[in-house]
Amino acid sequence: MSTSGVTFSPEQLAEVRRLQGLYPDPRGALLPVLHMAQETFGHISLEVEEYVAGLFRLSPAHVHEVVTFYTLFFQRPKGRHVISVCHNLSCHLAGAPKILAHLRQKLGIDVGETTGDERFTLLAVECLCACEHAPMMQVDDRYELDLTPERVDRIVEGLP
Amino acid sequence: MTETRILTRHFDRPGAHTLRGWRELGGYAAWEKAQGMEPAAIVEEVKKSNLRGLGGAGFPTGTKWSFIPRDHRGPVYLVVNADEGEPGTFKDRYLLERTPHALIEGMLITARAIRAALGFVYIRGEYVEPWRRFSAAVREAYDAGILGRGLDVVVHRGAGAYICGEETGLISSLEGRKGWPKLKPPFPAVKGAFGAPTIVNNVETLCHVPHVIAGGAEWFASLGTRTQGGTRIFSVSGRVRRPGIYEAPVSITLRRLVYDLAGGVTGTGRLKAVVPGGSSAPILRADEIDVTMDVDGLRAAGSMAGSAGVIVMDESVSIPEALMVVARFYAHESCGQCTPCRESTGWIYRMVRRIVEGRGRKEDLDTILDVARRGAGTTICAFYDGAVGPYISYIEKFRDEFEALIPR
Ligand SMILES: Cc1cc2nc3c(=O)[nH]c(=O)nc-3n(C[C@H](O)[C@H](O)[C@H](O)COP(=O)(O)O)c2cc1C
Ligand code: SF4
Ligand code: FES
Repeated sequence: MSTSGVTFSPEQLAEVRRLQGLYPDPRGALLPVLHMAQETFGHISLEVEEYVAGLFRLSPAHVHEVVTFYTLFFQRPKGRHVISVCHNLSCHLAGAPKILAHLRQKLGIDVGETTGDERFTLLAVECLCACEHAPMMQVDDRYELDLTPERVDRIVEGLP
Repeated sequence: MTETRILTRHFDRPGAHTLRGWRELGGYAAWEKAQGMEPAAIVEEVKKSNLRGLGGAGFPTGTKWSFIPRDHRGPVYLVVNADEGEPGTFKDRYLLERTPHALIEGMLITARAIRAALGFVYIRGEYVEPWRRFSAAVREAYDAGILGRGLDVVVHRGAGAYICGEETGLISSLEGRKGWPKLKPPFPAVKGAFGAPTIVNNVETLCHVPHVIAGGAEWFASLGTRTQGGTRIFSVSGRVRRPGIYEAPVSITLRRLVYDLAGGVTGTGRLKAVVPGGSSAPILRADEIDVTMDVDGLRAAGSMAGSAGVIVMDESVSIPEALMVVARFYAHESCGQCTPCRESTGWIYRMVRRIVEGRGRKEDLDTILDVARRGAGTTICAFYDGAVGPYISYIEKFRDEFEALIPR
């Protein structure tokens, strides 16, 4: 394990302890620490799961069960940008299938895949609760609203 | 017909999300007042106001608070449900971003009423901007000594799972587990987060509490119907001219909401159907919209007020296709704990998709209705009943549209 490079910095370890102290049971900080881990290591590999489990004195099996339950945790490497197109009802009514088809064609990948250059991961997701601006998508941290194929082009081409 | 803006009154004020801006608008005055009230008096006032939960279930708020065992010694927790995820709903996003201090003020008053010293705000993981805004407000409140003197607040980010909006699933998730709902009883008010009595309330519900205290229970109750006080924020989307949030008394009719506030129907301009309370609410036909939007009004109409997410469909919308999208959602989001929910949601989605793709069989519709009904009411949480609502109502009310897709 020690050769793997999966370790937090001393500052991050202090933050882990601070987070754990906020909850009546330190385990409450598991989701926040997994968010931190994903930001640091890119995705949550089995190694990362084991490392985090150690920080909480939990079994790796417990952490694995948690990681696999939530859609925002990635078990495999993802692209530099994650594009999540909402395909729930209001977005569907406003043309989400067209937006998805456009992105599939533009990026040359299917939903759930990552481009060969590892720049983009394309996902179809459930309601992101911005239905008044349908169709919409999330690109990394940002909500992109009132989409048209042209707008999608501008957004994607503007990404670093 | 105009809005009645109480929660949303300051939404257009640029500085309303900052402590300074909020104070200039009279913020934290209700908290001042509540500090001079006995906890029991706050609970009584909220009971009299007829405030009912705005997260989905519509349970009377003051009554819920009074379920904390009287003889309990030890910690009590307040948990704010900001996991907004019900398709068609987006009001809590606005509340967190535009007036975060309103929620903090509601938490302070509520915590006093239920004697909680620690509160958690569970914000859905995708809501990054709302999370930043709300966290900044919490820091301001700590720096000003509003928090940290009797009430501590922990802002907690979810990680993507609709089921964590269900209060016991949310508690499981907050405890560092997968978001599996738990059998009730025990109810969270008796045994909730980390084993302690816990009150779970929706963002909007708690944002109303300062108004109940400041304006008084009678005023608040008088805004609504006999059994539900106040206003609520309706999220309107789909085929309407002006999609967005609209605050109105709960006694507004669906017709007025769609035509007067949201500007009427787009597409063909002719209404076909409306989902009145988020995707779990049974669908209403165009001739069923003269119904009031309060919890009891919509229940009497065979639907539910739910989260007040209103999704409008004009005549060009294919109801079978809409059900396919809705069914895909429930199939994806079932937590898998209960057999009927896990099996039926997947199976019904595949059946509806088959029909939409022109490969259905004559007996399929009755089979779906039969399967859906058999599991209803038997599961650990209300998720499955929320899926059954659309399955049955879409098919029963628009059966001819489904039949037209089935090859003879
Ligand atoms: C499947 C399911 C999803 C739910 N999602 C939410 C949600 O996103 N936000 C929310 O406040 N309540 C949601 N609820 C309702 C909660 O279980 C709970 O009733 C509510 O948070 C209580 O707060 P209130 O009384 O203030 O409404 C959901 C319920 C179910 C069954
Ligand atoms: S009803 Fe469905 S979502 Fe709810 S606990 Fe059972 S399997 Fe999970
Ligand atoms: S349906 Fe896409 S944001 Fe709600």
